[in-house]
Amino acid sequence: MALEILKPGLATTVQDLGRPGYYHLGIPVSGGMDRLSLAGANLLVGNEEGDAVLEAVFLGPEIRFTSDAVIAVTGAELPVKIDGVECPTWTTLGIKADQVLSFGFLKAGARAYIAISGGVDVPVVLGSRSTYPLGALGGYRGRKLEAGDVLALFPAKRPVAVGTAIAPELRRGPGASPVLRVLPGLYRHRITAEAGKGFFEDTWKVAPEADRIGYRFRGGRPLEFVPREPPFGAGSDPSNIVDSCYPYGSIQIPAGAEPIVLHRDAVSGGGYFMIGAVISADMDLIGQLQPNQKVRFSAVTMEEALAARKDARTTAAKIRESI
Amino acid sequence: MTMRYSFGGDEHIFVEVDEEMSLDAFFKSLSITNVVRDMKIAGVTEICPANASFQIKYDPDVIAPESLLLELQRLEGLADSNDSTLATRIIEVPVYYNDPWTHETQMRFRERHQDPTGTDLEYAARVNGYATVDDFIAAHAGSPWFVSMVGFVAGLPFLYQMVERNKQLQTPKYLRPRTDTPKLTIGHGGCFGAVYSVRGAGGYQMFGITPMPIYDPAQEISYLRDFMIFFKPGDIVKFKPVDRAEYDTVQAAVADGTFVPLIKPVTFSLDEFKANPAAVNAKLLGVLHGA
Repeated sequence: MALEILKPGLATTVQDLGRPGYYHLGIPVSGGMDRLSLAGANLLVGNEEGDAVLEAVFLGPEIRFTSDAVIAVTGAELPVKIDGVECPTWTTLGIKADQVLSFGFLKAGARAYIAISGGVDVPVVLGSRSTYPLGALGGYRGRKLEAGDVLALFPAKRPVAVGTAIAPELRRGPGASPVLRVLPGLYRHRITAEAGKGFFEDTWKVAPEADRIGYRFRGGRPLEFVPREPPFGAGSDPSNIVDSCYPYGSIQIPAGAEPIVLHRDAVSGGGYFMIGAVISADMDLIGQLQPNQKVRFSAVTMEEALAARKDARTTAAKIRESI
Repeated sequence: MTMRYSFGGDEHIFVEVDEEMSLDAFFKSLSITNVVRDMKIAGVTEICPANASFQIKYDPDVIAPESLLLELQRLEGLADSNDSTLATRIIEVPVYYNDPWTHETQMRFRERHQDPTGTDLEYAARVNGYATVDDFIAAHAGSPWFVSMVGFVAGLPFLYQMVERNKQLQTPKYLRPRTDTPKLTIGHGGCFGAVYSVRGAGGYQMFGITPMPIYDPAQEISYLRDFMIFFKPGDIVKFKPVDRAEYDTVQAAVADGTFVPLIKPVTFSLDEFKANPAAVNAKLLGVLHGA
């Protein structure tokens, strides 16, 4: 039972729900950038929600199966083909030994989750099978997949009928005009009140530098800082702070120019001020943003953040019940 | 020092112990995070001490953000009463200063540097008032350094020099960050030193390279078999200048599994250090070299 990678796609990696507990040593949580889609793909093939899957970004891989399996592809609208015949996404599919799974051109979203019955069998490192390429850690040999790689699979767990699907209303994506909700804070006081207001009024565009470490945005007005005498050890730029931890989802804006939202392979700390952090419920949406997509940030309260988190949990529960 | 609390989204509490860096702020951050770890608060998933701040990650489905905030503010008082001594270890890190590999990288990215005609060491010596590069290296390798944070990337230590503030080496970062830094480069930015645990982007000035790996995800290096990351906050580092021949010798010893880093247990008192840094450093180096 194995997968043979014929073409790797752009940056296909093995991911599960992540590796919490080592951020204080600079090892980020990693795991799927769109966790709800990852869990959904696993449920559609009878796996546990956190089993290891493949995360493909923008361009899908081409994979030959060495035995019969059940698969599902969720997340981005990346057309699925089995031996060239198009099949539905978000749906339990059967694939036979020697058949080839491939993908058409991306229609919407950014990251597709390819779950296979049983899950991908790579070693557990520090509690997770997720790949952290910068640290050459986890996944398949600590790196993105390459042509010729052969990945082992665990035996299938629960049977799920071919054709089972997650209803369209439960497939959460960023939509046509995405808004990322932000809890302002952290070093928000470093910029003027007007600059803070402008940040939430402006429309931003996803920059080409958008990956698992973080997403960079462009196009808003530069931010004006409150004047100060630089604190010892911070550095001379007004956007510098004494190097601190960076929360997942935190929005740093070096030199007040281009915001960067850190994601699941985040650098764990550094010396740039942060205006706040994207709320946990909207982190999955970032994983589905494409370069050049227009985005707005909207300020919310902790109560609103927790309510959004509850909504996301309800959606996850509905997906679970529907399969 | 006034502690400043802020939520970082709905899953983090961020605490700035002080706006500026000092050993006092670092000790307080380390002390509170140790107390929080010992409390084993349900819902707290990650505790990250940093230079002059710390961060707690929690699951808001298990503990309400406001409750955790109040609990942390209560623990701040408890940590205050702790005495400022630290049982830790001192480690000797060999450094080949002015090495050919960081030099080659410096030349590749020269247009991103404040001084396109010189080297990072020449620039750092000049802006810190040292007549020669050798004098600067003597200052860099002369006093011990505290590991005040581990992070940015896997296992990278931030190092804070254990001398009076007016003697601390300070350099700006590159004007624009490099896209490449050799693995195990000894870097410096602001008042902080660093050892680049992996090859990659970086903005710190580059002074040399160590033959002693500090991160090994494969866990094959003899002293990284138990855990893949060498440093932890509170470790004390002493750099030892080595030449090319000794660099090669250590590297070969690492490869054949016979290299054993020089490590000694020490107790550090912040109060003693503040009263007489030179005497405390002399004592630490005495312990390191078996005096």
